[in-house]
Amino acid sequence: MLSKISFGEKGLFFIIALFLLVFLVGPVVQVFYVAFIDVNTNTLTLNNFADFFNTSLFRESFYNSFYVSAMSVVVASIIALPLAYYTSRFEFKGSVIIQSLGFIPLIMPPFVGAVAMQLFFGENGSVNLYLEDTFGFKIPFMDGLNGVIFVQSIHYFPFILLNLSAALNNIDKSMEESAQNLGSKGFGLFRKIVFPLAMPGYIAGAVLVFIKVFDDLGTPLLLNVNNMLAPQAYLRISSIGIDDPMGYVIAVVLVVFSLLALAIAGWALKGKDYSTTQKGGGGLNKRKMGKWEAVGAYSIVIFTLLLVLSPHFALTLLSFATIWSYSIFPDAYTTAHYAEVITETPEFITNTLLYASGAAVLDIILGVSIAYLVIRSKIKIRKTLDYVAMSALAVPGLVLAIGYLRSFSDIELPNGQILASWWLMLVIALAVRRLPYALRACTAALQQVSVSLEEASENLGASKFKTIRKITIPLMAGGILAGFVTSFATAAVELSATIMLISSESDAPLAYGIYIFMQSASGRGAGAALGIIAVVIVALGTFVSYRFMEKSRKQREASGKDE
Amino acid sequence: MSKSGIQLKNIELSFGNTKVIKNISMDIKNGEFFSFLGPSGCGKSTLLRLIAGFETCQKGQIIIEGKDITKLPPWERKVGMVFQSYALWPHMTIRQNIEFGLKEQKFDMMEINYKVDKVLELVGLTEFSSRYPNQLSGGQQQRVALARTVVTEPKVLLLDEPLSNLDASLRVQMRQELLSLQRELNLTTIFVTHDQEEANTTSDRIALLRGGVVQQIDTPENLYDKPKNLFVANFIGSANILKGSIVHDDNSAIFESIEGFKIPVSSKQTGDCNILLRPHTLEISNSDDYHIHGVIRSKEFLGNMVRYFVQIGKNEIIIDSIHFKNISLLNIKDTIYLKTNQEENYILNNDM
Repeated sequence: MLSKISFGEKGLFFIIALFLLVFLVGPVVQVFYVAFIDVNTNTLTLNNFADFFNTSLFRESFYNSFYVSAMSVVVASIIALPLAYYTSRFEFKGSVIIQSLGFIPLIMPPFVGAVAMQLFFGENGSVNLYLEDTFGFKIPFMDGLNGVIFVQSIHYFPFILLNLSAALNNIDKSMEESAQNLGSKGFGLFRKIVFPLAMPGYIAGAVLVFIKVFDDLGTPLLLNVNNMLAPQAYLRISSIGIDDPMGYVIAVVLVVFSLLALAIAGWALKGKDYSTTQKGGGGLNKRKMGKWEAVGAYSIVIFTLLLVLSPHFALTLLSFATIWSYSIFPDAYTTAHYAEVITETPEFITNTLLYASGAAVLDIILGVSIAYLVIRSKIKIRKTLDYVAMSALAVPGLVLAIGYLRSFSDIELPNGQILASWWLMLVIALAVRRLPYALRACTAALQQVSVSLEEASENLGASKFKTIRKITIPLMAGGILAGFVTSFATAAVELSATIMLISSESDAPLAYGIYIFMQSASGRGAGAALGIIAVVIVALGTFVSYRFMEKSRKQREASGKDE
Repeated sequence: MSKSGIQLKNIELSFGNTKVIKNISMDIKNGEFFSFLGPSGCGKSTLLRLIAGFETCQKGQIIIEGKDITKLPPWERKVGMVFQSYALWPHMTIRQNIEFGLKEQKFDMMEINYKVDKVLELVGLTEFSSRYPNQLSGGQQQRVALARTVVTEPKVLLLDEPLSNLDASLRVQMRQELLSLQRELNLTTIFVTHDQEEANTTSDRIALLRGGVVQQIDTPENLYDKPKNLFVANFIGSANILKGSIVHDDNSAIFESIEGFKIPVSSKQTGDCNILLRPHTLEISNSDDYHIHGVIRSKEFLGNMVRYFVQIGKNEIIIDSIHFKNISLLNIKDTIYLKTNQEENYILNNDM
């Protein structure tokens, strides 16, 4: 039986395709195009790239970005490896702490805590003042590139921890037992069996860390480290202007390197789905810790916990501090900073709520529509929508924003404002950036809804549209809400697209406010207060989204029992 | 004199407060194909893993070829185990999987290659040696798992439900292959299964376990013909078991069920007991010789025989009657007379 493609489905497909074309594909293509065009002759050229590599500042920035990303992977691995080892190998009560370590850093974007970290770990920060007083030396945690590596590693190590733990838990204990049965033991067994089987998980995590750090603009900018690629692109565009090709060249380098890293990882992982657990759950053999092993494990876990919480501590202290300079702790405490940001610049908070919820609403509308078209419609090229929407993952916020500036600067709104710097464009940019997360949530939710439920409704006389409204959407509700909250919480603290697209302070959201305040020593307190508000918003969002997902998972399990 | 084979002596094993193995002792002969059979949770897999060294027992001894291995770690025991999931390492080729044990034992490369080639030929997988496990079918993976273990020439081969992941027809074929391989290598083998057909068709002897206790260790036919208790009688094959007691009068002994049926028996026993009537030993008779009659409730046509479920008093009795095309099937609700075979009846005491 051939079912016809309805007019509504075609129309929806067309509208979404157009949206993605205008707001994702177009701007990115524009960026690539400008990077390969000679400014004067308008012909295709590689000269811009030659210029890039002939400029020592760019070569240095390129090297620094690479170095910082690679070192962040190394430091993040050093933090993550022992934690993964303890949870997968031992009956360890501290595993609960380790699991929370997996998401505590993620609720605070690294740039928010960056300045506060300087007050804790910087040249004249609490830790170094203490070290100098007590032992007579300092450790350059936050010196230049070190600072970026330090802040990024603490923030992104959960990607390695989560992926590696998952890989270890997917190794069935029979893998290890069969090796023991054949005479293998100890480190040899680890090297020959456990390590190669866990490798794919580790690589997946490490590549994510590399890409995130490589593309990040906010952290180096707030730590005033400008000789890296992302800050260079930002400075070029914001100081020289959108006609200068160097910003575009850097953007292309960022995208190409992200894709290259993904490709290398994909190549290394090809055909290596090593998940070997049997039904009934697996995981490696766990043993009880000896007394001294437990002391060692708890020391490491608590040390890591303190390290991971240090940006949160520092930011909290800073937000309540009157003056905090050249001393281990602030001189005195005050709530004035919170009063200041709430009474004097409430627009940062209200704008954030407006933009982030706007972006999230747009995301779930797009997410549900794309999921519906891909899973339920018969349109031939429907999967393309999914691929295109997901490709936003590989586009750094900076690059998308540069593309918007280039594509929409020539258009003037009726009120005389330029389209590219209209606040709605930021909402759209945020929505495009977060679409992949919302789309995955909606797709997963729709896959749980059996077609027969819809067919039953149509069989009883409801129209297609009514069926979607009365049956499909309510059943997807849990997943949709989770997608909404995830988009909301992450869009609320996006900095890279924000600082490129926002032109006036009255239009600015939290992230921009934090950036502006943190520029001056006197604004830090207020910046920190905004940062804490941002953390609370993200933490609440994460919690709510987790609750929704749990709820819909339980619902599914309950309904699964009848089958 | 060093003893060969495997001896288990007074094994006790608990997980926390749960006793899993309760005072088990047995003696497995050299070259024997021996099965641990029982329902899930009876402790059969635990016992096997104990022999391999993956569990530790609180009491008892495991002796292989005269040597006490109870305290040895798994890697020093030289017992080959084939896992239920095969546990082939997905990151190694078939050849790398098979040579792993030999490399651990530090054989030189010439010898390793020779042995691996030989075992690959034995299991018929020579041309697959450079493939990865996920490129093989279930049956082929099973053979690799077997080859990986036997190539190390273990003192005993432990098989943990190795056929359960295969589909039915392949299972029958693989159990024959398994048996012929075992005979060819004369390898003492312990086979864990919950499937009595698998155990019956392969084993020299079977240990039937329940709740961590050995119920009976015997040949397959003795388990069927001379079960030691009601559990064994019920677990192996189909069984009709009636409660009652034996009364002797004159020269004959009569079993009288609690419902009053009288069945002649040859037992010298008296008092309360049970009678085991295997379905194929019962006959449907035209004459009411024994005054036992019942009504057919349902029937199953099995090809070579017809299985009738007959309501006799409060009992449902199974009767298997051989099918010939000239004998027409009885109908549901037909009343029939039951005839028992005195030589085939078997008297069982109540379980302790």
